[in-house]
Amino acid sequence: MTEMTGIINGKKKDNPIWKTEIQAAADSIRLRVFGHVMKNNGGYLSQACSSAELFAALYMRIMHLGPSSTPLIPHPFMGVPGPANPNFFNGGDYNGPKAPGLDRFIFSPAHYALVLYAALIEVGRLAPEGLEMFNKDGTTLEMIGAEHSPGVATTTGSLAQALSQAGGIALGRRLKGESGRVFVLMSDGEFQEGQTWEAVQALSYYKLDNVIVYADVNQQQCDGPMTDVMNIEPLTSRLESFGARVFAVDGHDIDALVEPAELAPDGRPTFVLAYTDPTRGIPLMNDRRPVLHYLRFKDGAERTRYDEAYTAMLKQDIKKRQHLRQMRLHLEAFEKLTSNGSETHG
Amino acid sequence: MVEIVKRPHVENFIRWAADKPRVVVLSADLTNSCEVAKWRDTYPDRFFSLGMAEQNLMGFAAGLAREGFEPYIHTFAVFIYRRPYDQLAMSIAYPNLPVRFMGFLPGITTPGGVTHQAIEDVSIMRATPNMTVLETGDATEVESVLDVAHSIDGPVYVRFLRGEIPRLFPKDEPMRLNHARVLRRGTELAVLSAGICTEETMRATDVLSSQGLSISHLHISTHKPFNDPQVLEAISNARYGVITMENHTIIGGLGSATAELMAEEGVGKRLIRIGLQDTYAHGASQHYLMKEYGLDAISLVRAAEKLTAQPFNITEEDLAGVRLQATHSDAKAEAL
Repeated sequence: MTEMTGIINGKKKDNPIWKTEIQAAADSIRLRVFGHVMKNNGGYLSQACSSAELFAALYMRIMHLGPSSTPLIPHPFMGVPGPANPNFFNGGDYNGPKAPGLDRFIFSPAHYALVLYAALIEVGRLAPEGLEMFNKDGTTLEMIGAEHSPGVATTTGSLAQALSQAGGIALGRRLKGESGRVFVLMSDGEFQEGQTWEAVQALSYYKLDNVIVYADVNQQQCDGPMTDVMNIEPLTSRLESFGARVFAVDGHDIDALVEPAELAPDGRPTFVLAYTDPTRGIPLMNDRRPVLHYLRFKDGAERTRYDEAYTAMLKQDIKKRQHLRQMRLHLEAFEKLTSNGSETHG
Repeated sequence: MVEIVKRPHVENFIRWAADKPRVVVLSADLTNSCEVAKWRDTYPDRFFSLGMAEQNLMGFAAGLAREGFEPYIHTFAVFIYRRPYDQLAMSIAYPNLPVRFMGFLPGITTPGGVTHQAIEDVSIMRATPNMTVLETGDATEVESVLDVAHSIDGPVYVRFLRGEIPRLFPKDEPMRLNHARVLRRGTELAVLSAGICTEETMRATDVLSSQGLSISHLHISTHKPFNDPQVLEAISNARYGVITMENHTIIGGLGSATAELMAEEGVGKRLIRIGLQDTYAHGASQHYLMKEYGLDAISLVRAAEKLTAQPFNITEEDLAGVRLQATHSDAKAEAL
């Protein structure tokens, strides 16, 4: 458990290279999703570009989750939930047990599923081979995840339903006197839905400060740039006027992502608006603007350009991994030295 | 004359919930209208006002249910199955969560008009996988439906009655899941009725039997599941055919369920579905609307005449004993 989440007795282990580790995981998430999109000849790529740091920071630093007891290679699909199906299995179990002191993760934009699966691989909750099942008939690794998919606790493919459910979970946990928090990952398009504002209104009214929302504000949606579809800005002041505590941060800055979650609760639900670049790490995607929602190659020439970009990224990744391995070795050696000395200090 | 019970849910629900700490109530600004104001004051820590925001209400109910609570949503039926249907289906029904939907103002029981009249709720809830669909027909059922709903591991939709309600069934004969009440046994005609239509039906079957027609009359309080063998038996034995009577559109409710059952079991008999004939209604008193839309005792008599091809010399006067209900009653929170 401590190895997987970096938590010791509920406190973060003071690992001097934690940020490097998170950045490396974020890079790998992006690369893995890119690889899958190439293999499948298209897919949700901009979402990985924008939210890779967000997922890595949530799983590796922000959320306090217990170990997963679920299989690293997921079960096949075991049927939908219902009274006639005792075998139903909830994908939220990949985020660890539901213990009073542990956090919960509610994943809202279900079309980010591939990014979530890639993140689970980075934190050892899913085997890399497990991803071979992605979007294959009869598996749980669906393209738009549902609550049987790894890491997915609620069914939220119909967007903007997760926040209300998280509110109910947070209220229930408060009634039971649990200290664990409820983290929600949202996409910015969901702030167009009326239900989101009904939910913020209720979270605020019931002072559910155990809810912390991270929104990937990549300013993109299916039809194109959000400002061309339906404007949601100014999001910070809108949320604040609803009674939320809001932090607008650079969604690729790991420190900035982590800090708001470390503050003491103050009676308000917290919203971290992570402003992100939907082409981050793959600048080639800028050629596709204004519409970035789903990558479908226009022709063979475009595919070749992406193939080249992927190969270059892969080479870079090998170098980065070598560097990270060296850093880890140095750190280990350093820790051995200091742990000998620290014993005398008690 | 039947006993009229005033607001039975008010005290009964408070008593019933006393030893069930996981039972919580969620309300959408219709607390007193749904007879849970005193419940709120009795159990303030278990009552949550979510305001006029039903989509979010569904999500909160789902989240509470996932944490081991048993939410009883109290609001008008139309605001449960029409406005937030996607939330009801995806946040609650799909994961099979034990949320209880107490839907008030079923069918034409309200002068609130088309916006307040739940006329296709049974149809939509029946079509929703994992959902159990119940309907109360008298004070005894309003009291005992709580135990039925509580016993089900999954979402339950209840057509709920409020205000002044007749007690048609003995207090010690509670509602049972998927178990019709056999009110009369006969061999010529099978009549299936639900909700407020049962009282009306009883009036007609009384007079029809006195004229020699042998009728089976079953009161249906479970719309889904719908496979009680008593129903099939009554239908199979009915020489002339079957009449259903429901406070609902004839598409997708009791009439449709009966037709499905008859077709699947190969019961080659005629069926007349009394109910709203694929139409919306409007704002007027229940009595007026039942007459206007043919949901009254005389409509049943006419249907019986059609199936048996014999005239019964029955007039509206013969069906007297009709209990007129004042639209403005002090047993209701408002005039709706």
